[in-house]
Amino acid sequence: MADIAAPTATAVAGDRRTGLHRLMQRKSTIAFLMALPLILLIGILVLYPACYAIWLAMLNKSMSKFVGLGNFQFLFKRDTFWDVVFQSCLFAITAVVFKAIIGFVVAHFVHNIPSKGQRKWRGMLLVPWVIPPAMSTLAWLWLFDPAYSAFNWILAHFGIGPVPWLGEAAWARFAVILVNIWAGAPFFMIMYLAALKSVPEQLYEAAAIDGAAWWQRIWYVTLPMMRNIIAITALFSLIVTFANFDIVRVLTNGGPLTATQLFGTWGFKLGIESGDIPLGSCVVLFMVPILAVAAAFILRDISRRGSEV
Amino acid sequence: MAQVTLRKVIKKYDEVLAVRGVDLDIADKEFIVLVGPSGCGKSTTLRMIAGLEEISGGDIVIGGDVVNDVPPKDRDIAMVFQNYALYPHMNVYENMSFGLKLKKTARDEIDRRVKQAAQILDITELLDRKPKQLSGGQRQRVAMGRAIVRDPKVFLFDEPLSNLDAKLRVQMRTEIKKVHQKVRTTTVYVTHDQVEAMTLADRVVVMNAGLIEQVGAPNDLYHSPATKFVAGFIGSPAMNFIPCQLEQAAGALRLRVNDRFSLPVPASRTARYGTYVGRPNLMLGLRPEHITETRPHVEPDQHDFDMGIEVVEPMGMETLVYFTVNGAEVCGRVNPNANAAAGQTMKLRADLSNMHLIDDTTGKVL
Repeated sequence: MADIAAPTATAVAGDRRTGLHRLMQRKSTIAFLMALPLILLIGILVLYPACYAIWLAMLNKSMSKFVGLGNFQFLFKRDTFWDVVFQSCLFAITAVVFKAIIGFVVAHFVHNIPSKGQRKWRGMLLVPWVIPPAMSTLAWLWLFDPAYSAFNWILAHFGIGPVPWLGEAAWARFAVILVNIWAGAPFFMIMYLAALKSVPEQLYEAAAIDGAAWWQRIWYVTLPMMRNIIAITALFSLIVTFANFDIVRVLTNGGPLTATQLFGTWGFKLGIESGDIPLGSCVVLFMVPILAVAAAFILRDISRRGSEV
Repeated sequence: MAQVTLRKVIKKYDEVLAVRGVDLDIADKEFIVLVGPSGCGKSTTLRMIAGLEEISGGDIVIGGDVVNDVPPKDRDIAMVFQNYALYPHMNVYENMSFGLKLKKTARDEIDRRVKQAAQILDITELLDRKPKQLSGGQRQRVAMGRAIVRDPKVFLFDEPLSNLDAKLRVQMRTEIKKVHQKVRTTTVYVTHDQVEAMTLADRVVVMNAGLIEQVGAPNDLYHSPATKFVAGFIGSPAMNFIPCQLEQAAGALRLRVNDRFSLPVPASRTARYGTYVGRPNLMLGLRPEHITETRPHVEPDQHDFDMGIEVVEPMGMETLVYFTVNGAEVCGRVNPNANAAAGQTMKLRADLSNMHLIDDTTGKVL
């Protein structure tokens, strides 16, 4: 009643106030405000650098002139670029396949350890994954060192070697992949272990009664039940491995010559070390379409399986 | 089709004895139900027959062969699990044919058997569905189908109806019985539900604390239980146990419940109970249906008494009345028209011709 009787002037001011009030009360407004900090954070930390990298990639070396797609055209003509593409694919695919296999096998072993001792083993097996890779790779660097390699010392006892672990293209690639597998397999192990634990024991019992041998139980029960997690982990790891930087940087620094350069390390070398920032960011940008495809697969998989279950 | 024999079967978990020496002969094509409270060792016994648990002692014989160290896949058994254990990534057809596929059975033979089993269970139109698209009852049928298709020596059921709602449980119970009548195979069925045990079994095995309490046809267990445990476990509502004393009075035996209340023992039982006069820890066991409202016509060994009713539970076809005698809560089943009311005194009738006398020290029915 008081509202109706109020003078016109205050009523207008009141309208403006209630308009703002109403806006604030709308669910979408509240949701937007709540998400705003994250949106800002993503904007500052992801969108801006990404756009800036694209902008950089289209400048000349001294960053004084816009050259459009010139840098890209230049890269396509260089053999090293195609070597890097090949090496990145080889590195990522081989490493992920072996990480998955080793993780799967180890997860089975750990799963079969009585639960009393399992924690301890789980913890120990996670160590390679938990240590900062730059640090653990240093240890590997010593193991591979041409002068006092522990591996060569052991092999010498059998009359083998010395193996040029980091000195020869094939061996260097092997070493880089090996270290990546060592560091990454525990992640697969822990994911697969969790997946294994979620497979109902009775399915195995039913399979055992149906006459399945151990490998048939793995093939017909375990693998189909873990399909989801296997796909997601593999694709996720593919992205991380593809974009690897630290292991290669510490272990071989891309060498010998460019035999172990990946997108990340080569981009760093060109952009930061050789001072051609536009070309460097151009190299690194090549990961985007490749990884975008992988990411699309992951997201599609999750949403599809999500609706299936 | 096969006989199953358990000889002194023992199961030890670390130092805990879960099954403490079970002897059981199961005839060919017989439907045996193992029943008992949780933790009585019934499921463990079943799983030992299946080969899913190793036995710590004794022998298990299936179809004449000792199978102690034979893995489940070579025992030629089929099992239906409580939560069905259907393979979620396979459709119904694949679920049912999985065992045959592993045995490398010919494809058209598999097809024939799956179709036949599907027909028996009325799930033909579900063959293309995945388990998650099925209701609880349908999953249960598929799990049974998976067992039937294998045409095994022995069917094992591990509490197959526990996950179903009450109405469906009754329906599936009948279904299982029908299936067993069509596909006559030796069956061992585990349940904690004594109604399931009574309705399904050729013979019921009542287990308690890792031992067999009694084996017998459902009606035998009901009418002449061997122990207090069986007497109390079989039947719902459970048998009433009323502490009492046996006394000799003028050449006849009387059951004295308390100072004010005693009942004459039926003449037919006098000889059997004579030696227990004056013994401590005796109990009168009387089923609720043998405590009714009073009726005009009196049969021998029926006795009327007045009792203050404490709780009344109308069930529709009958009304349950509860009262306390000598510290024991007693349940009676009266006609719904008998006007039972809580807090009122009612004239009830005890039919002692069906009484049991129990020695509470040994737990034996005398």
